[in-house]
Amino acid sequence: MNNESRAPGNAGSIFEAGEYKGLLSWLSSVDHKQIGIMYFVTSLFFFLVGVSLAMVMRTQLIKPDHHWLSPETYNQVFSMHGTTMVFLAIMPMLIAFMVYFTPLMIGARDVAFPRMNALSYWLYLMGGLLLYFGFFTGGNLAEGWSAYAPLTSSNYTKSLYLTGTGVDYWIIGILLSGAGTIMTAINILVTVAGLRAPSMKLTRIPLFVWMSSVNAVLMLLALPALNAALVMLYLDRHLNALFFNTAGGGKPLLWEHYFWFFGHPEVYILILPGFGIVSEVIPVFSRKPIFGYAFMAIATVAIGFLSMGVWAHHMLATGMNFTVYYVFALATMLIAIPTGVKIFNWIATMWGGSISFDTAMLFCIAFIIQFTVGGLSGVAFATVPIDWALTHSHFVVAHFHYTLLGGTVFTLMAGFYYWFPKITGRMLSEKLGKIQFWLMVTGFNGAFFPLFFEGLEGMPRRVYTYPNLPYLAGLNLLASLSAYVLALGILVFFVNLIVSLRKGKPAGDNPWGGWTLEWATSSPPPPHNFDRIPPVRSIRPLLDLEKAGRSTDAAVEASPEEGNG
Amino acid sequence: MSRIRMAMLLFVASEAVFFIMLIIAYVVYHATSPSAADASRYLDIQRTGVFTACLFSSSLTMWRAGINFRTGRRRAALVWLLATIALGTAFLAGQGTEYASMIRENVIISRDLFGTTFFTLTGFHGLHVFIGLIMLGTLFGTGLRRDAVSRPEAVEGITIYWHFVDAVWAVIFPVVYLWVLR
Ligand code: HEM
Repeated sequence: MNNESRAPGNAGSIFEAGEYKGLLSWLSSVDHKQIGIMYFVTSLFFFLVGVSLAMVMRTQLIKPDHHWLSPETYNQVFSMHGTTMVFLAIMPMLIAFMVYFTPLMIGARDVAFPRMNALSYWLYLMGGLLLYFGFFTGGNLAEGWSAYAPLTSSNYTKSLYLTGTGVDYWIIGILLSGAGTIMTAINILVTVAGLRAPSMKLTRIPLFVWMSSVNAVLMLLALPALNAALVMLYLDRHLNALFFNTAGGGKPLLWEHYFWFFGHPEVYILILPGFGIVSEVIPVFSRKPIFGYAFMAIATVAIGFLSMGVWAHHMLATGMNFTVYYVFALATMLIAIPTGVKIFNWIATMWGGSISFDTAMLFCIAFIIQFTVGGLSGVAFATVPIDWALTHSHFVVAHFHYTLLGGTVFTLMAGFYYWFPKITGRMLSEKLGKIQFWLMVTGFNGAFFPLFFEGLEGMPRRVYTYPNLPYLAGLNLLASLSAYVLALGILVFFVNLIVSLRKGKPAGDNPWGGWTLEWATSSPPPPHNFDRIPPVRSIRPLLDLEKAGRSTDAAVEASPEEGNG
Repeated sequence: MSRIRMAMLLFVASEAVFFIMLIIAYVVYHATSPSAADASRYLDIQRTGVFTACLFSSSLTMWRAGINFRTGRRRAALVWLLATIALGTAFLAGQGTEYASMIRENVIISRDLFGTTFFTLTGFHGLHVFIGLIMLGTLFGTGLRRDAVSRPEAVEGITIYWHFVDAVWAVIFPVVYLWVLR
């Protein structure tokens, strides 16, 4: 592993780098690395908020007939938990990785439109704050993160729960941050298309960048559907339009179609960059190239494409006709194929490799197992009769937490352990990392595996308490206690971040022996990213460089003329 | 492909999805709701046809403006640009009078599903025309200065946007106005 000395002048820690000094340097920044870090910090903050809301829910559900929270409060808590996690924590955290690492991994100086990048971030932050402002106006969204009309659209809302305007703040907040996300998508796509290192052909793009690009396409095409629905909802609420008003002939089902036409690509938006992180981490920690690079890229495109055509599987119980059901159930099951290809490719990459079980790798392994559970329960669920039996039960809650928490959040953790050294110049503590990992694995599985059984027992989701029926008390107690363990694991993570930022081992340029371009520059990278960009002759340019260095013992010069131009 | 061009094409793709959603809402409700039959009473197809022609020809003038910008004939380009702005403004003015006469007959957004979907769809299109006019105006303003650095990508980007606004109307006009001619 080439742990070369750093470029002179770069002290090797984010605190000593001049470009990061002073509040103004952050507020006025258009540098993709600084904006990426702001995305990281903000999304981690909202993640903490989301976790706290989850703890409130788990505490409420800890025993049967518990009346600690009122139903109205519980409704707001789970709605804001879902909204926060999806829109303000996980998606922006993935965007943070995309914005920070896409230019570095393709050898670019910055994204294509740095100022637009800054605008995206500020829209996201302001959108998030507006969303929470709803709490100060008498109550927030209480209809679930999917905000089904007409619950949200008519006076119903006002009479039942809210005298305030929480749903309005929700609409505007989501619209604003959504506009920012669309801009990010454009930015990433133009960056990848136009700013790659001269010799980086399409077949040499790191898989993280591939998956981020497909992700950007999904964001670009899915979010406007949500925006259209939000606009209609807003018109219904304020100009008494009739889109979702049944009395005036409007169809609430339209909201469901639009929401899920956005919503299903959205759940892939929430996982694809995670797949990308895993596809970077597993090869490096197995000391093998990724198995089936082309298949991975193609499978990603296939997933992206299919994800636009399965939205109605969220609506299998709405009384549409059976042909519709079958088509969507089938399309849903089709997605399992490219996803399965990926799972096998990751396993095949590990197969026979010399695996080192660092924290990043542990999170990837746990991800593979947990995501498979989540994915399989999803396939089962796409079967119409099973859906009818289990829809709107805690089975669903277990299913999507296995994919989003056991899946995405675990990949994000892998990403943090893998790339934190590059961002800050310091290593995260492996000791705390292992503690965190085991707390999270036990906590997560303990908190969500029982929910499959609760769902089978018939416990509905989105209901603030439950009667003392057989098994339910025990399962819920187990789930709640495990959730606290999970939260403790997340707390350890935050401690690790803060402690390691100051006291972590200096990382050097390439602590893991990575092969992609971001490891060719110093940690943290200088403002211009690269002094010299190594030539890209394969998907592992740094390995080529190392080999060339060994065989000829001569410095390898970058040659921008070379390649496809 | 220039960066601006690609970015604008992507943006337009995203906006297209937005409009497709609004159009679907219009079509679904028009096909199923009884109020749809009334639509023909309020829509003046001939008058709107004239304004539609204005909008379509503004794409042509914009195209001429672009060619002249590219070949460095600033004065000619500005004239074509001014024509584009005039035609776009005429379209908006036409939409304004149409709205005014409908509102006088109490056809408003909260009246029935026709009102709801009609005003939302054409209103958002109008908003896009308006934003386009601001962009064209800015282009014109910067073009007036003799020493203005020419930004061919800016012209290119705005042209793409303007053609898009036109193309959306090319769908809306038949769907909204010609459909009622049964
Ligand atoms: C800290 C760990 C977490 C715990 C303990 C937790 C717990 C829960 C529980 C118990 C519910 C169901 C409430 C109910 O229906 O009665 C729920 C809902 C939900 N959670 Fe989580 N969650 C966690 C993390 C996450 C993450 C990381 C996401 C990622 C996107 C997420 C997304 C959602 C969504 C979308 C809902 C549905 C909200 C709704 O019904 O509108 N959660 N969570």
